[in-house]
Amino acid sequence: MGYPTQYRYTKDHEWIETKGDTATIGITDYAQHELGDVVFVELPAAGARLETGKTFSSVESVKAVSEIYAPASGQVVEANAVLQNKPETINSDPHGGGWLVKVKLANPAEVNSLMDAAAYEAYIEEKKKEASA
Amino acid sequence: MSDKIKVARRHTNRSEVLIFEKSSPGKRAFELPPLDVPAVNAGEALGEFRRAEGVEGFPEVSEIEVIRHFTRLSTWNYAIDLGMYPLGSCTMKYNPRVNEFVARLAGIATEHPYQPQELSQGCLKILRQLEKCLLEITGMDAITLQPAAGAQGELTGLLLIRAYHQRNGNPRKKVLIPDSAHGTNPATAVIAGYEVENIKSNADGQVDIAKLREQVTGDVAALMLTNPSTLGIFEQQIPEIAEILHAKGALLYMDGANMNALAGITRPGELGVDVMHLNLHKTFSTPHGGGGPGAGPVAVRKILEPFLPVPVLVEKEGGRLALDCNRKESVGRVRAFVGNFGVLVRALAYILAYGPGVRQATEDAVLNANYIRKHLEGAFDLPYTRPSMHEVVFSDAIQKRNGVNTMDIAKRLIDYGFHPYTTAFPLIVSGALMIEPTESESKEECDYFIEAMKAIAEEAEKNPELVKTAPHTTRVRRLDEVAAARKPVLRWKPSDKRSEAAD
Amino acid sequence: MRYLPKSPAERQEMLAALGAKSIEELFSSIPEAYRLKKPLNLPGPYSEAEVVKYFEERATENSSGYTSLLGAGVYSHLRSVVTDAILQRGEFLTSYTPYQAEISQGTLQAIFEFQTLMCQLTGQEVANASMYDGSTATTEAVLMAERMTGRRRVLAARSLHPEYRDVLRTYAKNSGLRVEEISYTPSGALDEKGLKAALREDVCAVVVQSPNFFGSIEGLGALAELAHASGALLVVAVTEALSLGVMRPPVEADIVAMEGQSFGLAPSYGGPYVGVIASKEKFVRQMPGRLAGQTHDLEGRRGFVLTLATREQHIRREKATSNICTNQALCALAATVHLSLLGKEGIREMAEQNVAKARFALSLLEKIPGVKRSFTAPFFNEFAVELPRSVKIVNAELLKSKIIGPYVLGAAYPELTKHALVCVTETTSRAEIERFAGALKAALESPF
Repeated sequence: MGYPTQYRYTKDHEWIETKGDTATIGITDYAQHELGDVVFVELPAAGARLETGKTFSSVESVKAVSEIYAPASGQVVEANAVLQNKPETINSDPHGGGWLVKVKLANPAEVNSLMDAAAYEAYIEEKKKEASA
Repeated sequence: MSDKIKVARRHTNRSEVLIFEKSSPGKRAFELPPLDVPAVNAGEALGEFRRAEGVEGFPEVSEIEVIRHFTRLSTWNYAIDLGMYPLGSCTMKYNPRVNEFVARLAGIATEHPYQPQELSQGCLKILRQLEKCLLEITGMDAITLQPAAGAQGELTGLLLIRAYHQRNGNPRKKVLIPDSAHGTNPATAVIAGYEVENIKSNADGQVDIAKLREQVTGDVAALMLTNPSTLGIFEQQIPEIAEILHAKGALLYMDGANMNALAGITRPGELGVDVMHLNLHKTFSTPHGGGGPGAGPVAVRKILEPFLPVPVLVEKEGGRLALDCNRKESVGRVRAFVGNFGVLVRALAYILAYGPGVRQATEDAVLNANYIRKHLEGAFDLPYTRPSMHEVVFSDAIQKRNGVNTMDIAKRLIDYGFHPYTTAFPLIVSGALMIEPTESESKEECDYFIEAMKAIAEEAEKNPELVKTAPHTTRVRRLDEVAAARKPVLRWKPSDKRSEAAD
Repeated sequence: MRYLPKSPAERQEMLAALGAKSIEELFSSIPEAYRLKKPLNLPGPYSEAEVVKYFEERATENSSGYTSLLGAGVYSHLRSVVTDAILQRGEFLTSYTPYQAEISQGTLQAIFEFQTLMCQLTGQEVANASMYDGSTATTEAVLMAERMTGRRRVLAARSLHPEYRDVLRTYAKNSGLRVEEISYTPSGALDEKGLKAALREDVCAVVVQSPNFFGSIEGLGALAELAHASGALLVVAVTEALSLGVMRPPVEADIVAMEGQSFGLAPSYGGPYVGVIASKEKFVRQMPGRLAGQTHDLEGRRGFVLTLATREQHIRREKATSNICTNQALCALAATVHLSLLGKEGIREMAEQNVAKARFALSLLEKIPGVKRSFTAPFFNEFAVELPRSVKIVNAELLKSKIIGPYVLGAAYPELTKHALVCVTETTSRAEIERFAGALKAALESPF
């Protein structure tokens, strides 16, 4: 699976797609693969505040829980209701239907400091090398 | 073979439905003696509080069906009575049957916790004797037998630590916990109202003394240490660790889950430990019973005695024993009544059977672990090479090259007739295989285990698929845990379709 | 030693394989100064017969031969020998926690059946695989309510078992929870006015027990309404689980914390017992304790696994819903077997016998001059009476007739000196009840 070029990426494997001052946030294909079958997703309610670098969600597989960190600050506009009954969407469509939240950004420029698709792909290549070393 | 045999439903040992699915109205398994007082109309007596009808869905079966149902279920379990459990940190040793016998004696099993203390001297003597034995074994000054399990013992220990610091004017904020610790340690610290600060282990899997010096500040209440560590390695610098902590007024808590490596050989009280818990269902042989009951007594140095939970067992004139609830500085109760008395009885029976010879059990446990380590070194990667005590931790690094991980190896071990070892713990070893045979295993059983593990190592190389798809010989194959977590079905309902699972 | 399967020769063989000359070498990682030079000073070693003798002697120093009127959270009920026959099977007794599902289906299916029975009894949607006991189950239920609401005040009935309240206070102190007591009315039930006055938007849980410590049954509907109106959860503790055989289940509760000791577990001087938390399905991820879930294997066979483990300590560590690991599985199995034996008819009949016998006892006691019932609310098998004389003195007299008298309420309730809590179950014979009433009358009439 490729990494959409219009998205930005964090070191903790979140992606963010901005459109003006709103954005959609999710986790990457690499992250879902590491987690395994997702069984449950905990999402914030609309109106909740996100703070850059702080956890706002958690994604559970059978044997592990992963905290999800906010790539940028803002306010939650919508949480992905589909994930309540079909958490596996994160596995099958991590960059599309598996989105976590839509937010109104506090500071849209923040996102520019995040990795672009090429940088992220290089980053995970490194990670994969480290793991098999 | 005749087709008819394939079509008929299989009988015992293969398919056993739920007890509710065997029910039929009017069947009974238990009869009461007739009522010897005037009957009362429950509806009149209880009025609006009366249950209108019987408990919906409750079983209605006969006695023989109950016996058969549960007997069949039991045959699907592995158990110590069948063979070795190499589970690291669980100390799955033999559960002596005399312990079961004495716990059930009339006059022992029948006593009510609120009966007059003068009619409970037998029970109180049992408690006192156990206290004395555990204090002798641990080298500590005082003890409470109240906690119901190791985790509750940990909580009690931390509450004692908090009370001590509070009395000195500052409860402090943090508890240091090694990254190799059992999950109950950080979970408990949080419940006790402390923040958890992780302390990384050094390259030998031991507490990093230099880091400890940095991290122990006036804000640290205690370090929770497991000794031997969860790697099965003795913390050689424990006296220094204690010194560093004490110098800053902090305390040393020892998780006694691995006491099976120490009993009769050394005493935590002499190593600088201030407070520790014991798992009676580990070192002291009380049965695991599929997940409890256990007991987690907490032994302390004198400085913590005033804070022990109530009631405290005291000796009065004439040797009479009593339960004293009048302790001003006590942390309170962590559970109702005096403790898991039935479990305490079993632990005492175990200690009495061994006497000072308990050292022999420890020696055999360490001998078995080292014997297994010696024979599996080379076949499996050994990440920490310090001497092992009663357990050894390997990793799946070698097998991973062929895509086989510790879970796979564990499942394949089942095909060889063993229960798996502890997988994926401690967290500091990636792909851990934690093996603790205990003293209850004969040389023969150890040899069988070694053979099986070596065979699997070879399979991992020559036929990895076989290992990755194990187990192959169990009544059920790999169960879908993902479905169980996504859409949990946690009870039977009368509307459920009776399972027609293929066999 | 009979528990150690090694001959001296085998030990030597194994040491030789390690290249060690003596077992001491294997302990070289323990600094010399800390290795014990002498054997521990412990009694024993005892042969099997001596172990048995030790405990048989202790058994004679307890209460054999006495009739007891005690309840107060621990109940004497009939237990079938079939329960022990099952429990004593090595495959149940000596098996480990069922983390490896394929070789623990016996335990897992039994847990699933236990969870089902607990739901059926309590009228709740899910139940866990056990907590340590009713007191810790009640506390964990409150902590669950705190997690769910984010609020820190707890209103607990004064008529909640005194030791349960003690445990709650111990845990609350360390989690910054404030526990306040709501008193009871002359009927013996919770003071609704007092509850209403105390309820604000900062209460996470209202905790009541039904039947309460005095034996009185609470009107849960009204209490649930009051609690919910403020956004608080209603936690209902049940110490006498048998009451549910004949009483309406506490469906109005958000969380039920039950003690299952009445189901096949001997009093055993305080434990081990079995606690249970039962609640609504939507709260399941906040529940502590293990959960067995139904699933299927690759070939479609029904099977059971421990599930929703991400709530627990071994995965969540410091963020776990509880620190509980070892619970009371074998005790839960005892309850499961016991309830399967009792069945639908049996539990009703047993409960009805309790109702009848307790009322028979009350009728005899009320005939004794000066003795009156303390409260007016309906009760199951326990009720409080007020005596014209100190209960302690009366009980001392009763002991002379080999009767262990009722629980002295004055100890935990200073406002209730001279009140005693009488418990009568199906195990108390008519003759014993009559003997108790007679001895009580005599004790009240006897000079100082």
